[in-house]
Amino acid sequence: MSWFKRVKEGILTKTQDKKFTPDGLWYQCPECKSPQASKDFVANNWVCMTCDHHERIGSVEYFNLFFDEGKFTELDAHMISADPLEFVDSKPYPARIAEARKKSGLLDAARTAHGKMNGSKIVIACMDFSFVGGSMGTVVGEKIARAIDYGRENKIPVMVITKSGGARMQEAAFSLMQMAKTSAKLALLAQDGIPYISYLTDPTTGGVTASFAMLGDFNIAEPNALIGFAGPRVIRETIGKDLPKGFQRSEFLVEHGFVDFIVHRKEAKDKISNLLSMITDKKTRSKSDESAVTNA
Amino acid sequence: MMLLDFEKPIEELNEQLEKARLTHQKGKVDMSDTISQLEKKIESTRKTIYKELTGWQKVQLSRHPDRPYTLDYINGMTKNFVELHGDRNIGDDKAIVGGFAQLDNIPVMILGHQKGRNTKDRQFRNFGMANPEGYRKALRFMKLAEKFNRPIITLIDTPGASPGLEAEERGQGEAIARNLLEMSVLKVPVICIVIGEGASGGALGIGVGDRIAMLEYTWYSVISPESCSSILWRSWDYKEKAAEVLKLTSDDMLNNKLIDRVIKEPLGGAHNDPESMFKTLKTEIKKMIKELKDLSSEELISQRIEKFSEMGVYSEETV
Repeated sequence: MSWFKRVKEGILTKTQDKKFTPDGLWYQCPECKSPQASKDFVANNWVCMTCDHHERIGSVEYFNLFFDEGKFTELDAHMISADPLEFVDSKPYPARIAEARKKSGLLDAARTAHGKMNGSKIVIACMDFSFVGGSMGTVVGEKIARAIDYGRENKIPVMVITKSGGARMQEAAFSLMQMAKTSAKLALLAQDGIPYISYLTDPTTGGVTASFAMLGDFNIAEPNALIGFAGPRVIRETIGKDLPKGFQRSEFLVEHGFVDFIVHRKEAKDKISNLLSMITDKKTRSKSDESAVTNA
Repeated sequence: MMLLDFEKPIEELNEQLEKARLTHQKGKVDMSDTISQLEKKIESTRKTIYKELTGWQKVQLSRHPDRPYTLDYINGMTKNFVELHGDRNIGDDKAIVGGFAQLDNIPVMILGHQKGRNTKDRQFRNFGMANPEGYRKALRFMKLAEKFNRPIITLIDTPGASPGLEAEERGQGEAIARNLLEMSVLKVPVICIVIGEGASGGALGIGVGDRIAMLEYTWYSVISPESCSSILWRSWDYKEKAAEVLKLTSDDMLNNKLIDRVIKEPLGGAHNDPESMFKTLKTEIKKMIKELKDLSSEELISQRIEKFSEMGVYSEETV
């Protein structure tokens, strides 16, 4: 005979009376597995509240993060890729692009815009990993090149937020030459004495690392981002052994002298603004900035 | 001479020719008619084979073990070559060689990727795959040329930049990126020639110039056909197909306006007649130097940047 006697049989709560939990209300960190309310996680700039894991985000989120009140003017918003090589692997390249467009809601793997960051003008190019792995084809290269031109014409700092698997294979040598194009434009920007910030995020590899990502006056990385030229898989296969822990991560790059500092996403805007304020003259800042100085 | 698989018909004819010559030498039978006939046939067979080479066949030719490498070209085309070493930082990368030399009477800086001829040599040269210090060594040489106002000639022949632990630790990406930036604003003429393999960033790392040329049977792309095959089809068996879709041959590259010219090779490839290849290339390089020598630094730089800025195809229609 049992100690307790069940008075009613089974579960009696009706389905419609069950507590409603909509999808996406909770976020589970892939690193530390700790669950947290999505609302808090988003408010924390998509960074895990427990372990500071920086979740991958796109241009929409980064523009919101860096531009004052999330206000900006997009440049070349309608540029789309062509298919000069008529490239077909498992499917034709245009079909692949169409699919990526539908899935990501973006036209290509980078967006560029100008606006104000803490009151000072800046032009930002941001890569989107959700579009064919953030790969660089002509559109990405051309947009970044034009963003740099915009910075030169208007004498305002340029920042590129990198997040890419490298050059886009489907545009073959056209993709390769975007590395030369963007680097050449950065040489001109440097001659004009205009600051260039490379903001490196997870992951940044291949042809992007071997061009504009490594050419910043300041290379600034988010914590624990994978940054390298050859991908870890290729290196593992080449050397035939496992890679050391932390290899090609932001901290590794700081240690070897290729990144200036690591910044937490929530501090990025203020820290970069502060840095820029120390190296730009008033004339390269915006009007409102100058009036603020006079008033003070 | 090693023949490639698609050259098999020539191999058989060569054997017949060899036999005929032996018989003729023994002096018993006059074989001179057969010999000249066979020679003609070999020539025409070769012409037919070489008229319609596929992308993959050209890739094979670009990697032919007998093909001339950078030092062969330097020795074959120039005199008074003074080889320089080291990046003044961590060491001397053997996959990149270079120094000042004279092209007839024109003093130039000539440098390039260097591959090895036998197993030991190949390892010594790291298969022509440069490390970061190799790119920095190349940049040091180019800066020297700029300082002393000499044109720069780079010879590209690499299966890619070295992928490895040390290469990453020493900043492979940064080294290549720095070269792209610095080369685009060099004040002296820069002439880049793909003499074999032009694989990706490893090739482009010494490939930004006023004139970009490719020898006829070479390739230049963002990735090797093998790696492309393994990524897109998850197998190495589609390398022929990858070589086609990548449009990596010299003719394709010229059609796509990604290079400035194609330089003819002797029938059967550069290795078939290295002397005539050296002569042709030397003439072409001198021609290009002549085209560029009267341009001011500003003109050189702005035209060079303009050229790379125009590479790419896109559209700006509203969708």
